[in-house]
Amino acid sequence: MTGFSVMKYLNFLLALPFLGLLWTPLYNRHDPVLWGFPFFYWYQFAWVPVTSVLIWIVWKKGQST
Amino acid sequence: MNTINPWALGVFVFFFAATIVVGSSIQWIRGLFHAKRDTNSHEEWSLGGREFGPWVTWFLVGGDFYTAYTVIAVPALVYAAGAYGFFALPYTIIVYPFIFLVMPKLWKLARAGGHATAADIVKARFNSRALEVVIALTGLVAVMPYIALQLIGIRTVVQALGLPGDLPLIIAFISLAAYTWLGGLHAPALTAFIKDIMIYIAVLVAVTVIPLHTGGYSALFATAAHADTVLKTGQGLPYATLALSSALAAFLYPHTLTGILASRSADTIKQNAVFLPAYTIVLGLIAMLGFMAHAAGINTTNTSMVVPLLFQSVFPAWFAGFCLAAIAVGALVPAAVMAIGAANLVTNNLLPAQANPVRASRITAFIVKIGALICVLFLNAQFAIDFQLLGGVFILQTFPALILGLLRVRFSAAAMLTGWAVGTVFGVGMCWMDGLKPIHPINLGLFSGNISTGLLSLVINIAMVALVSVMAPAKQDIPAKTTA
Repeated sequence: MTGFSVMKYLNFLLALPFLGLLWTPLYNRHDPVLWGFPFFYWYQFAWVPVTSVLIWIVWKKGQST
Repeated sequence: MNTINPWALGVFVFFFAATIVVGSSIQWIRGLFHAKRDTNSHEEWSLGGREFGPWVTWFLVGGDFYTAYTVIAVPALVYAAGAYGFFALPYTIIVYPFIFLVMPKLWKLARAGGHATAADIVKARFNSRALEVVIALTGLVAVMPYIALQLIGIRTVVQALGLPGDLPLIIAFISLAAYTWLGGLHAPALTAFIKDIMIYIAVLVAVTVIPLHTGGYSALFATAAHADTVLKTGQGLPYATLALSSALAAFLYPHTLTGILASRSADTIKQNAVFLPAYTIVLGLIAMLGFMAHAAGINTTNTSMVVPLLFQSVFPAWFAGFCLAAIAVGALVPAAVMAIGAANLVTNNLLPAQANPVRASRITAFIVKIGALICVLFLNAQFAIDFQLLGGVFILQTFPALILGLLRVRFSAAAMLTGWAVGTVFGVGMCWMDGLKPIHPINLGLFSGNISTGLLSLVINIAMVALVSVMAPAKQDIPAKTTA
């Protein structure tokens, strides 16, 4: 039963990419520049591995419960 | 038009033709090894026997999700509109949490009930033939502009090779028709490997070599003078809403759902949600080609030509030929899956009980491609990407029935039908009035701006579903799985 409630909270991790990417004022900036990429671009690129890891966490935890 | 380079054309023809031949003969080759199995059965042709593991699913889902949309349409929009064209990046990120949460549930329902299409699932859930027909028809119509986008992709590269007049479109159409007719779903599943390897080679070389020509990525953003590097005022809202509506629509299409339902298990889907974002990095880098084209001095009004022209100006002829073949194969494979997905709707839901379902599917797939051809010829969209967004407006109207239908709350078929009808009429009406633009201006006093037409019509749709449900609640005594 505890495993089930942990799962419920874990699923909220999956809401993070939505919040981080759909609220454009959060990242619609030129600076700081990283390796020549304005913030606008590398911030969004960075969400790709972050999202993968978040889904992976929820997936693995879901299997073990 | 530019003159034909024999090296570019030769390499292109070799790779493009090889893909079609390999894909088309796969059914025949499988027949040699699996003598017991009926390789001509309908489940084989349409769902690959529902046996695809993690790897094949990764290539198949990735293969029909990353299409001419990625390699032609997105860079074209970035070239013309700058940062705004990047909405494809958040779209192809947030789609994966959505897949992870929703699609395993849908897969289990489909497996338990033996469903092959969205309309099958909806019919079982709501026990309504009318709703089934409506969902199937929507899938059929929505996929046509999406295939049209793929035809434009193939046409564009053949044009770039220097072939004149209507010949590029004719070649695009015939190659697609032959490939689908002969291969069934096994053709794209196998050739998706070839497609992805070719695309990866082309893109990785492009994103490393081209910036070297133009002075690195920092110079790229410095020289991209008329392509703005961040969103302009008022672009934030359409950027976010287009990303969201595209993500919600992405896996409602008959072809993307086919890829999901053809997987072996619900866990295969979850695993793929973890690893499919690898494609998104590639998509983002391809989008950068739109900026690189400015830096390389490409100047064209036909924005779809941006990437082919860029490849031809920077690469030696033989490698440009290879890259163009990669784009063409990258359009061909998903277009075939789209046509097959649409064909399944007709044989399963619109005209069931066929004496020869494989033949019926083949013929339907062909008719769907004719519909796509008509879209190319008669719909005058400003950007190729608008075709995909137009399909999205249609397909999003199936979201309530398919996805909200998974919830424990019970909605009636009447509520879903009303929502669909009102949403579709509004969505299509707005698109028509806005001149096929995918965003619609709204003004609610404090809140005004451009919003994705698809998302707007989906909101109207859901509001209608809620309204009808409150006025005439669904009967609670119907068990969850009535006709499984």
